[in-house]
Amino acid sequence: MTPWSDDWRRVRTIAWKDLTTERRSKAGFNGVVALGVTILVLFGFALGPDTQAIRDAAAGALWLAVLFAGVLAFNRSYQVEIETGALEQLLLYPGARWTIFSGKLIANLTFVGLMLVIVVLVGIVLFQVRVPSSWPALVGVLALGTLGLVSLGTFYAAMASRSRAREVLLPLLLFPMLVPVLLAAIEASRALLGGDLMHEAGAWVKMLLAYDVIFLVATHLAFEHVIEA
Amino acid sequence: MTATAAPIGLPRQSRWTWFGVFAVLFLIGSEALAFLTSPPDRDMGELQKIMYVHVPSAWMSMLAPGVVLVYSVLFLMRGREDDDLLAASAAEVGAAFSGLTLVLGMIWGRPAWGVWWTWDARLTSMLVLFLILVGYLSLRAFVEDPERRAQWSAAVGILGAINVPIVYMSVRWWRTLHQVQSSPSTVDPAYVLGLRANAFAFLFMMIYFVRRRYEAARLGRAAELAAEAVALGER
Repeated sequence: MTPWSDDWRRVRTIAWKDLTTERRSKAGFNGVVALGVTILVLFGFALGPDTQAIRDAAAGALWLAVLFAGVLAFNRSYQVEIETGALEQLLLYPGARWTIFSGKLIANLTFVGLMLVIVVLVGIVLFQVRVPSSWPALVGVLALGTLGLVSLGTFYAAMASRSRAREVLLPLLLFPMLVPVLLAAIEASRALLGGDLMHEAGAWVKMLLAYDVIFLVATHLAFEHVIEA
Repeated sequence: MTATAAPIGLPRQSRWTWFGVFAVLFLIGSEALAFLTSPPDRDMGELQKIMYVHVPSAWMSMLAPGVVLVYSVLFLMRGREDDDLLAASAAEVGAAFSGLTLVLGMIWGRPAWGVWWTWDARLTSMLVLFLILVGYLSLRAFVEDPERRAQWSAAVGILGAINVPIVYMSVRWWRTLHQVQSSPSTVDPAYVLGLRANAFAFLFMMIYFVRRRYEAARLGRAAELAAEAVALGER
């Protein structure tokens, strides 16, 4: 009965609860994936039918599609609880507050990660991307980028979903904060898709790693102040 | 006694009015000094004079997130409402200064580079800083409960301030075209005095603005409390 194993059990329970809710309804996940794919199609129209132009812009379009679709997922992860008054109950249970955040983070990572897999596969087909031989590195970049995106998204949604005008507030708070993640993830993906001739992907991956570590710690520390108010 | 007539805790202090007068006079003096002592620039001619407002304004915009960070941390540690209001005031003044920096930069960039805007590192990160501050201020506008607003904006302020150097690094890697920052060590000695004087003038202006904004915020809170008391029938 160490405190750590108790904390870990709480994290797992909350993640499992959130994922079960999503699995039982499925409508949320299907809707978000459909939106991601629709955004990809719209980017295709915006970029024109020129194959090379579309291929060059693929990395940016993919990340933006994931970002726009992901924003919907973050507010959802609190919405159901707020509507049923379950968030107050969750706060009444004993245990550290950060475990609630960790649990929701893991659930959102799973949710957005699955969505990302589908959107990326569709994107590879639609944008005629040539998958490079270094694709495991690309998977790593996708994972690190998702971690940065989801940790800040889950954190800001804890506030936005409980305020007026949550649809406006979340992107307004979140998007400027995500500039480093987006730049690093897009540039690393673009470099890897082009074969990384300039060996620049490594620097961007380091930037992603640093960002992820800093904001994982900061959001876990700050969550307590946000959820109790 | 009616609640609306309840004493509001913060009379306008006359020493701050005098500080404001001093700051404005100092600013006028610094601008005059800068314009009179500096020769026309070799490449840019009189256009260079915009440096005396653009560069100090940019420095103040970079100072603002630091002030927000300090008062946000103080708020979370001590829970005093004053710290929250000071952080908010600094964010608002910072947004004004970064907006001013962007506009002045465009006015300078158009004749100097031939374009209003370029996706250079310093321009882009100043724009992102402006947007982060706007996000912070929108959060405050969208949340009514003062306790909740203070807690949330402290957290958002701290995360935003942490992010400012990271944004700058990432955008700098992404693209760089801007001339190296103007600082007293990189500009010709003829321009140093004017730039230094104006940096202090802008600092005094910023302190004055933050103070006045803070006083206005205190009055706003007092008005909210008075309205609440009236609504609850506590006459």
